[in-house]
Parts: sequence; C-alpha cells; structure tokens
Amino acid sequence: MDRIRLRLRVNGEERECLAPVHHTLLEVLREELGLTGTKHGCELGECGTCTVLVDGRPILSCVALPVECEGREITTVEGLAGATLHPLQEAFAELGAAQCGYCTPGFLLTAAALLAEKPAATRPEIAEATAGNLCRCTGYLKIFEAIELAAERTRNA
Amino acid sequence: MPEQDRQDLSVIGQPLVKVDAAAKVTGQTVFADDLVLPRMAFARLLRSPHPHARIRSVDASRAAALPGVLATLVGSELPIPFGILPVSQDEHALALDKVRFVGDPVAAVAAIDEETAEAALGLIQVDYEVLPAIMSIEDALGREDVRIHDYGPHGNVHKEVAFDFGDVEAGFAEADHVREDTFFFEGNTHLPLEQHAAVAAHGPDGKLTLWSSTQTPHYVHRALAKVLEMPPAHIRVIACPNGGGFGGKSDPFSHEIVVAKLSMKTGRPVKVTLTREEVFYCHRGRHPVKMWIRTGLKRDGRITAMHFRTALDGGAYGSYGVASLYYTGALQTVTYGVPRYKFEGVRVFTNKPPCGPKRGHGTPQPRFALECHIDKFCADLALDPARWRMENTVAPGTITANQMQVRTIGLGECLQRVLDKSGYGDKHGRRPGGRGIGIAGSAYISGAGLPIYWNAMPHSGVQIKIDRGGGVTVFCGSTDIGQGSDSVLAYVVAEELGIEPRDIRVVTADTDLTPVDLGSYSSRVTLMTGNAAIEAARKLRTLVLGAAAQKLGVPVERLRAAGGRLWDSADPSRGLAFAEAAVLAEAAHGTLGAVGSYTPPRSVAKWKGAGVGPTPTYSYSAAAVEVSVDRETGIIRVDKVWIAHDVGRSINPLLVIGQVEGSVYMALGEALMEEQAFRKGRHKIPSLLEYKSPTTLEMPPVDTILVETLDPQGPYGAKECGQGPLLPVIPALASAVHDAVGVWIDEVPITPEKVLAALDQRYRRPQMPAVRYPETVRVAPLEAAAPATASGADPALRR
Repeated sequence: MDRIRLRLRVNGEERECLAPVHHTLLEVLREELGLTGTKHGCELGECGTCTVLVDGRPILSCVALPVECEGREITTVEGLAGATLHPLQEAFAELGAAQCGYCTPGFLLTAAALLAEKPAATRPEIAEATAGNLCRCTGYLKIFEAIELAAERTRNA
Repeated sequence: MPEQDRQDLSVIGQPLVKVDAAAKVTGQTVFADDLVLPRMAFARLLRSPHPHARIRSVDASRAAALPGVLATLVGSELPIPFGILPVSQDEHALALDKVRFVGDPVAAVAAIDEETAEAALGLIQVDYEVLPAIMSIEDALGREDVRIHDYGPHGNVHKEVAFDFGDVEAGFAEADHVREDTFFFEGNTHLPLEQHAAVAAHGPDGKLTLWSSTQTPHYVHRALAKVLEMPPAHIRVIACPNGGGFGGKSDPFSHEIVVAKLSMKTGRPVKVTLTREEVFYCHRGRHPVKMWIRTGLKRDGRITAMHFRTALDGGAYGSYGVASLYYTGALQTVTYGVPRYKFEGVRVFTNKPPCGPKRGHGTPQPRFALECHIDKFCADLALDPARWRMENTVAPGTITANQMQVRTIGLGECLQRVLDKSGYGDKHGRRPGGRGIGIAGSAYISGAGLPIYWNAMPHSGVQIKIDRGGGVTVFCGSTDIGQGSDSVLAYVVAEELGIEPRDIRVVTADTDLTPVDLGSYSSRVTLMTGNAAIEAARKLRTLVLGAAAQKLGVPVERLRAAGGRLWDSADPSRGLAFAEAAVLAEAAHGTLGAVGSYTPPRSVAKWKGAGVGPTPTYSYSAAAVEVSVDRETGIIRVDKVWIAHDVGRSINPLLVIGQVEGSVYMALGEALMEEQAFRKGRHKIPSLLEYKSPTTLEMPPVDTILVETLDPQGPYGAKECGQGPLLPVIPALASAVHDAVGVWIDEVPITPEKVLAALDQRYRRPQMPAVRYPETVRVAPLEAAAPATASGADPALRR
C-alpha cells in the first residue's frame, strides 16, 4: 500500500506520520495519531460527528485530505481542554448535553468556532451553526442551553 | 415511612452531573471502535445483494489467497442457529443455504487491514439462485407459494394470536355508537450515531473476550456460547458504552459471532466496524404495522368493548418479533377503561431487514391508532376529546380486562398539566390560519415483568465492595447507552451509604466481573438495578453504621449519614468520616462486600401470551403539540410541544428531562419524516443524508413537566422515563394537523405529500390486509383462572 509522509500540527503539537495515501484526515487522526476522541457516524460528510477545527474553522474530517491540512492548525476535542475543561465542556457536562457522548466532540468544536466568531450568538444562530451536526439522544435542547451558558460565562469571565 | 415517601434524601432528586460526563466531553470515553489491541486484524462481511435467494455455493479460496488475508469464514463453519428469543432461533452468523434480505451476511474475511479485507470480499464467489422477493405484508399473506422460512404456522406467517377478554360481542351489542378505523405506521430505524463495532480476542488460554457496542451483553454471551459451542465460563463479553442504542443494539449480531470465530481462527484480535449502510441493513427497528380498531361506546362516552387487529411486517427474521407482536395488543387497556377487549395480531416475514425493538417497542403504533381513534369517536359523539381522556383514565390498582395490573397512575395529572400549560382549551378548534393543537396520553412499562428466556433467577444483580480508604466500587451488568444508568447506580449507592457519587467507581457490563443484569431494554434498568443496588447498599450501611454507633457510643437509630460523614442526630458535632467508619466495620466484620438482586413481582395474568405487558409499574405520559400547516406546500412546522411524564420519582431530574426531550425529538422524527423505505428489494435511502431525521432547525421548544406518583415498586418511587414520553407525541401531532387544516392523516410519517393529497381529497386511507386470524382463545376472567404456576419466562416465548 502506498503511504505518504505527513507533517501535521495537531492541538499545538508537531506530529509526523506515514499514512496510506487514501486515508482521510479522520482516519489519520484516529488511526495513525491515536486521537480517537474524534468520532465518525457516516464517513460521507453527512452527520457532522467527525468535525474538527482547521485554523479555527469547523470542517468534516471524514471528507478532508490530510495533505491539505499540512501547515495549518488542527484542533480536535483532545485539544479543547487545558489544565481545566473548556467552558463549553463544563457546560455540556453540567446541563446533561452529552447523553451517549458520541456526537459531543463534533458539537463542541462547531460551537467553539461559533463562539469565537459570535460570543453572544443567539438561539437561532446556534441552531444554524450546528444544523450540520446530528444528535439522536438529546433533541438538541440541552446542547443549545449548554452553548448559551458557556457563551455567557465566557463573556462574563 | 414507606420507602417511596422518603423526604430525607440528599442525593436522589438532585440535578447532579453524570459520573461519566467528564470523559464524554473530553472525548475520552472508549467506544468499541476506539479499541486498538496489539496484532489486531480487521474483518469485513460479505452481504447478500439479493433480497431472497438460495445459495448454491460459496467459494472463498481466491480471497484466502490474497496477500494480507489471514482467514476467511463461510456459513458452514458456524452452522448453529441463534436468535434473541428462544422461540425464534432462526438466524445464522453467515447464511447457510439461503439469504433472506439484501444485507444478509454470507461470508467474512479477516485481514491485516480493512482495505485488504474489503478487497478480499470481492474475490469471494457466491452462486445464487434468485427467488421471488416478498416485500409487503400483503405479498407475505398472499403468496403461500414463496416461503421465506420453513417454520411458522403457515405461509410466511411468523406468529399469529387471537384473544378475547370478556364478551366483546355483548359489549358491542349494548353500545350506542360503534366506530371503526384503519391506520398504518411505517417502519423507521434507530439511527444511533455510533456504527456497531466489535473486537474479539481469543487468547492462548482458550478464553474469548468480546468487546461490543451492545445493549445486552448477557444475551450476547449466551449466543456466543451456543454458536461457538464453548463453555460460557470461557467467554467474557464486555459492552462498551454505546454511542446511542434506542433498541438497535439489543440483538446478538452476526458480526459479533464472526469476529469471535475469526479471532479463534487467526489467533489474533479481530475488529469489525459496520459502515453506515450496514447499520441501516442490520436494522431491528420499528415494525411497519397495519391496524384496525373498532370501539363500542355509550352515549356518554364510556367504552363498552374494543376490538384491535394488527398486522406486522417483521422483515426477514424473528428477532424480538413475537414480543413485538404481543406488545401491539398489550397496553391499550392500561390508560382508559376498556371493560371487554379483543386482540388479534399477526407478524409476517418479508425479504427486508429484520424489525425488532425500537424505543417504545411495539406500542407507539397502536398508541398512534388508539389516540387518533379516540379523537374521531369523540367528534362522532360531540364529546370534548380532552375531557373524555380525563374522565376515562383507569383508577390506580385496576386489573384490566387483559389482566394487566395498574399500580400508581399519573395519567390524569399529566393530561391536566399539559392542558393547562398549553392553553389547549382556548386553542383547539378555535384558530384560523392553519394553526392547530392536539393532545394525547399514553403508558409504558418500567421493565418487562418476565425475562426473555426461562429462568427463576433475578433480573438484576449488584455487588458492592468498600476499600480501606472509604472508596466504594459498584459492580453491575447494566449497560450505559447514554441514558445514565452508570450514574443511577452511583446516586443510589451514594444515597444509601451517605457518601458522594464522585467517591464511587462504577464497573458495569462485563460478564466476567459484574453480576447479571438482563440489559438495557424495556425501560427496565433504573427500576431493577436501582432496587438491587438499594438491597446491596443497605447491607453495608448496617455494618458501617453499626461500627460507627459503637465507636460514638450512641444508638444506631440516632445516626445520620450524608456527604461522606456519619453523625449523631442529637449532637451533630459528634461524628466521624465514612472512611473511618468503614475501617472500623472491616475490623469488626472482615472484608466489606455485599450483593443485592431484584426480581419483578409475579404478574396476576395467567393466560399464555401474558408474559408481554406486565411490569412492576407503568409510567404515563401526556403531550400537547402545536403546529402550523402550510396549505400550499403541506409542510408542517411544529411550534411547540408540552409534555408531562409520570416518572414516579426523579432520581435525577436533569437526566429525566434529557430522556423526555430526547423522546419528544425521536417521536417528531417518526411523525414527520423518518421511514425505512424499500425499492426493488433494496433500502431506498441507507444514508444519513437521505434518511431524513430532525436537525437543530426542526426541533421546537419543549416544555417538560415531571409528575411524581412515588410508586412503591420503584427505587424511592421511581418509574421509567426513557421510552414512554415518545408515545403521546405522534398522535398529538396527527391531531394537531387535523385541528389546523381539517384532515386526518391516518398514517405516519405525516408528510407534506399526504397532507396536500388529503386537502385535495386525493388521500388514500390505509387499508387492512386480508388476514386470516387464528381461532380466538377465550381467556377466562381472573377469578376463574387457573392457579399460579412457577415464575419464569412466558410459555409463549419458550420453544
């Protein structure tokens, strides 16, 4: 199998790996780099579960080629928390916005990008921004509330 | 004071964070596909491209020769059938001589990577003799010449039932009004975001470990032992946290058995992860059901008799289908008074992916039919449908015509609360402009009263150990599928021992380490594991409090325990830490450990088939749904949902509201858009893009109201909350559409096309297929029924 050498900057770390040429960013993250916090629901770009940030913008890692991400800043859920949880992670935990937790990493990253751009995002803006992320457990309401709570805390911090 | 009335609770009832929340929000929860083991190989399954075909031969030799392929597997190597119910052992890990749906597994490969395994599948040669495909209930009943299975009473009938509870004909004769309606509920699927995955490792010691995204590790354990012909003692099944289940991971699956066998053949761990398309074909979701209902009423609205018929499209295999069939007739009687009741039902095989249990298992379909039918007969009699429901709820303690035992019932309060908050009375039938509101009520079980297979053992077991640092570990076979069952165990044990949930470690869903819990299905887990955990924890509480009382020199009755401390209630300054008391108790009694178990109360129902429907206690729900319907496009917008749920008592209101909101969401998807549709034997839309489910943009605001009836059967009075709240939303939405634009759509999903057709008077109402139901079994009233027999599985579910 043909492999390609990749140099990726993931969560602030320089990572190097040899990956099969056809591997998507999702596969490289999960399989070559062992970052299994990024999940997959369809591998066709339909459900938003595999969302990661590239230069701060949410992208679907299951339909992204890793070579295109070289020299850019990739953030996965593992890079969201520092010594303490990110305000979004705190709020998702507190309000029960993560039930099974499988779609949660994708929602967190989509929401992080939204709040970076719009710290006072309204409910319709939150719904619009997360419309590409499916969740089957929560009915989205606790997710909306958690994003609002995190936004409020960040603004007041 | 009775247990359920306790007021002195410090953990129960609090909106606490789940014990696994931090792992979930940091991506550290290990789902089955996240597992990586040294030397791990990868498996793929070859699946049938035909809905129905005989297999003349399978030749995997070219696949076996492909470099990188470690092993191939064909059906003849796993000839023993399996299935979740003892009466329906009709599946094979890989097809032996026939395939029965597109997606039926035929062969498998293990290779050094997934790509090689996939490439090898293309080298397997299968010679099929294509057979006519049966793709509808009508075809299944009409074509006796094509038989999908060689068992069942006749043709493609998997199971047929007919029961009479009381003199139904006399009931209709004394009615002032009789109404009949026909309904159809299309099939739909669970769509968990996690695709099923499993990893098997067969070790040099001859022992097998399987990690899987399953809701029922105990049943997978049994299926593996049977098919692999291994002692159960040599098999360990670990259910990973499920990335959503909703019933779709409740059957033992081919791929679980296949990776186990491939690991045995290769001597290496083997993983399989299904593609999204494969998940659609594995299915086990909502049965398409045609329903006919006939009700006799007095002029004042009292029901004199009800006759309910169902016909279920079961798909290609049995799965839970016998139970699903009984469920389509079981719970009509536990909401509103039905003095005489007749139920006839049939489940047929078709060449589609097998249907099984999805949230509400077999009851959302008849609930949709019944509640819409109620609105219609109320209109006939000029009765107010909301008042009719309030006036006809069954009384607490009722034993229904079909011998279901109602204990506490919060249905009336649920209805009243949603009526008040939604302003239904001021809105219904009063607003122009395509806006409408509807209501409905419903009931669900808090756990099945009987196990799936015959046994007299507990349904749930809990084991607790305390270490010398005061740490407490709780072991239980239950599986957390996102509903929070691990957290419930921690809350209950923390409450009983007077410690904090964060000081508890929970070990679950591991057949080697944890006592059996039957699984995360039938909304049984909180009630059953909660009761078992209370029993185990109280044994330890007695020892720890006893040691503390002795140390403090006070009577044990005076001690209180909470927050990790025990103290004298007469002098709260005198006390000691839980960890200190635990050390004293271990010194006095030896190693600290205890077990608890739970078995549901014996059902009063004694007729054959009455194993489905009884439960320790029913939960109740009511919903009001408000919609706007566009007459030009037929598009329905849901403006708001009010939902009240009788949860008995909230163990954690945050998690209960989450279950209720999730149920409302799933119901809206089923009511408006989700359908498992087929064309030429294939699933029309097996992808997350084309199988429409509600996104953030379709989700309306939901006003959730929790009603607490404090049921003596539940832990601290708790009932289920994970499935029941789905039930009333669908008929309430249908009723709201009728209120908005004046047309009844007698089927789900209620799509814009159907609304437009109805507005143009082109809508074709569902028709009941011509079913030859079996001879009716007349069930004797309870007083005359035979004496109770030993407890155990329902004879109807036994082979």
